[in-house]
Amino acid sequence: MEIGLTHILVVSVALFFIGIFGFLTRRNMITMLMSVELILNSVNINFVAFNKYLYAGKLDGVFFTIFIIAIAAAEAAVAIAIIINLFRNYKSIDVNESDSMKY
Amino acid sequence: MNISTIIFYVLATTIIGGAFLAVTIRKIFRAAVFLLISLIGIAGLYFYLNYNFLASVQIAVYVGGIVVLIIFSIFLTAESGSSMKKPALIRVLFSALATILAGIFTLWIIKWHHFQVNVGGAIEPSVRNMGRQMLSTTEYGYILPFEVVSILLLASMIGCIVIAIKPKA
Repeated sequence: MEIGLTHILVVSVALFFIGIFGFLTRRNMITMLMSVELILNSVNINFVAFNKYLYAGKLDGVFFTIFIIAIAAAEAAVAIAIIINLFRNYKSIDVNESDSMKY
Repeated sequence: MNISTIIFYVLATTIIGGAFLAVTIRKIFRAAVFLLISLIGIAGLYFYLNYNFLASVQIAVYVGGIVVLIIFSIFLTAESGSSMKKPALIRVLFSALATILAGIFTLWIIKWHHFQVNVGGAIEPSVRNMGRQMLSTTEYGYILPFEVVSILLLASMIGCIVIAIKPKA
């Protein structure tokens, strides 16, 4: 059986919902950040697959993927700076315990 | 079943298995290592689809940058050898229910949607073609987003330093 667009979309859907599942169940900030990275990667796979199988005459999907990778790197760096600062002040990176701005 | 199909299934198993272990395993350092395996599998998928430049960017930025950053932050914040608390059973149950239902719905849409293939000459995704189109200033060029992303990276770098700097006691 030839590998087509549908096969790659199935992989990307599975990756996306695994990331959502991790984001909903984990309470540790670093592991939640890892789930977000999985979600972004599934979107990248989608862009590349659509570019390859549906719009072979264009390169826009590749450019979107490159920009998403660049923005994901910036986002991860800022998130980790915030996590380290939070840990320094509260000695914990559990999202349930960092509630001092709640009330 | 030829060799290309087998390679695809090996890559898919690596990606999905690594991702699943990365979100369920309770030792945080092992979760980071499984995330690394999953990201390498995604780079392999880009190689499989003949996007060589994207695969090398994926390895350089994700595997070489982001995962190393995550592992450093694990060393700086958590005890890397200890296990995390088990999540509450009810939360796992309802999260699994929601994600599985949504996943089945999405797969159902993919199965019945008719994708329209855009006919036209194919462009080879070589570095030469990509560079020429990305930095062109004509209608389909991407020079403006390119510059905006460079400013965003500079701003986020300065922001990180300002956030993470230790205040003078």
